[in-house]
Amino acid sequence: MNIDWKNYKPILIPAIKDLHKIDVYEKNGGYKALKKVLSGKSKMTPEEVVNEVKDANIRGRGGAGFNAGLKWSFMPKPDGGPRYLACNGDESEPGTFKDRKIFEYNPHSFIEGAIIAAYAMQIQTIYVYIRGEYRDFIDMMDVAISDAYKKGYLGKDILKSGFSVDMYTHMGAGAYICGEESSLMNSLEGKRGYPRVKPPFPAQKGLWGRPTTINNIETLANVPLVINNGAKWFKGIGAETHPGPVLYGISGHVNRPGVYEYPTGMLLTDLINEVAGGVPGGKKVKAVVPGGSSTPPLRGDSLDGVRMDADSLREAGSMMGTAGICVVDETVDMVDFTWRISGFYHHESCGQCTPCRDGTGWLEKTLDKIRRGDGEMRDIDLLYEICTKMEGRTICALADAAAWPVRYALDRFREDFEARCKKTVYALA
Amino acid sequence: MSKEYTFDKDDLKKIEEIKSRYPEVTPAVMPVLWLAQDKFGHVEPAVQKLVADTLGLPQAHVQGVASFYTQYYKKEKGKFVLDVCTSFSCQICGGYEILDHLENKLGIKAGETTEDGMFSIQSVECLGACGYAPMLQVTNDKYVNNLTTEKVDSLIENLKQGKMPEFESIPMPQHETES
Ligand SMILES: Cc1cc2nc3c(=O)[nH]c(=O)nc-3n(C[C@H](O)[C@H](O)[C@H](O)COP(=O)(O)O)c2cc1C
Ligand code: SF4
Repeated sequence: MNIDWKNYKPILIPAIKDLHKIDVYEKNGGYKALKKVLSGKSKMTPEEVVNEVKDANIRGRGGAGFNAGLKWSFMPKPDGGPRYLACNGDESEPGTFKDRKIFEYNPHSFIEGAIIAAYAMQIQTIYVYIRGEYRDFIDMMDVAISDAYKKGYLGKDILKSGFSVDMYTHMGAGAYICGEESSLMNSLEGKRGYPRVKPPFPAQKGLWGRPTTINNIETLANVPLVINNGAKWFKGIGAETHPGPVLYGISGHVNRPGVYEYPTGMLLTDLINEVAGGVPGGKKVKAVVPGGSSTPPLRGDSLDGVRMDADSLREAGSMMGTAGICVVDETVDMVDFTWRISGFYHHESCGQCTPCRDGTGWLEKTLDKIRRGDGEMRDIDLLYEICTKMEGRTICALADAAAWPVRYALDRFREDFEARCKKTVYALA
Repeated sequence: MSKEYTFDKDDLKKIEEIKSRYPEVTPAVMPVLWLAQDKFGHVEPAVQKLVADTLGLPQAHVQGVASFYTQYYKKEKGKFVLDVCTSFSCQICGGYEILDHLENKLGIKAGETTEDGMFSIQSVECLGACGYAPMLQVTNDKYVNNLTTEKVDSLIENLKQGKMPEFESIPMPQHETES
């Protein structure tokens, strides 16, 4: 696969001045997709929209990479009662800072995508859940939503199509777990953000017990592109099995950190060395976290040929996650790095499941012990054991997300851990 | 003596508008807690009671929600709360050095408040500004990015004079080269 990224021009967040303003967005083809769906000769049925989006294979940009249209098709037939779309702008996974670019620079692409999604699933109410720290971005979204109402793209009888939908922002208040879809629903319902046991899945029993779909902000922002240009065109961008443009958030030890839009399937080495300008001081890359803190870290010397798409990253032993790439140079001790990740998950565990509540604490404590020089070799085994006891045994995936980085850091950077551990001396009884 | 907290007419109007966004009353808890915190600076138990009474919900429910989310201040904090991110991108880009510098400068530790009630410092989890590390947030509001010790010093001076930092728009590098 060859991606001509040097000539790539952003399409999800194009470089157009003041694009966040609704007039500018409209002048540049904005809300054309919505008009195409709702009115005129091109009018599409909800099923047609679902099928087109399913065919385009927009894989969820919130972390799990699930085909958006396929998820939409799980919604049961309308029964006359309320149905909901919850848009996930919680953006709290360490290393992830990309949805905020949509809020700031192209909010209407997301709003338009969400309205089309609502039409496709026959939904009347859209909530946009945004982390409480993003106060400025929430204000920007509120302005954009109110402008969309004024222009008649939201509210009653949109573009005289008979279709009506409302959209509201909902401000989080500092809890990573609320990005998990069922926790997000509880939070929206005004409760503590405890994840729910699945099944039932949100499409069956979501917000207030009604059919609900949850999508990430960036996922929905791709929808107008698909409607305007067709699924076939969309599938021609980037990696075959994971197509489309994607916002790469590059942080850590690079010369030009930031959010970049390129096709999926970019070589990780191109992103680090060319796009982000390489590592300051010409230092070596020791580790790369490719898609947010939950995705297993890769070794810097194993990056050749690794591409940013689900298949390539799986083969390399990690995941695409949120495409938030953190580059770690050779000066960093992986014990310190892994300890801090564990601290995050310990702090953010909601505490419902014992393996997660206690496991995250044990991981952090044990790593801290090693970090302080009090660890023994058997503590490395203990860490593996804790991971095994956490994985796949809990209500939500936070426990797995906490265990994986530790397990793979131990596998791939064992020398750092051993260097800090004393030999275990077993007393002979 | 415990303070009396009340919502005025404008607040109540706003609360009615908030309630209208949801099919029932309970979901209004979070936005109304925010409204209360913006007004009173915290959501101590007396404020939680006000929120509960206003919405007609049990106080225990409001307390349960308030305590789950870190951004609600269940106890009064300093006038300016400095949330220093130390999650991994910030960790490896000097977040802890910024935290140390602040602790030394203000003579308090993370989690504490200065005696004059001006500043609190907290070490917090990822704030979604990873490419602009190290960074901090001032009282649940403005982000201050790409910190250096000098930048921290001038921030503190400005805050002492009551000057909040402004929103900083950080464009995508691709946009900068094009426009
Ligand atoms: C612990 C945890 C945290 C999550 N945080 C987020 C988040 O901040 N934003 C997000 O979009 N998805 C997050 N997700 C994924 C959501 O559960 C869900 O899969 C996603 O929002 C669906 O949207 P998508 O299919 O468009 O990606 C999280 C999942 C878990 C297990
Ligand atoms: S796995 Fe952890 S975060 Fe998820 S529900 Fe269980 S305790 Fe809560």
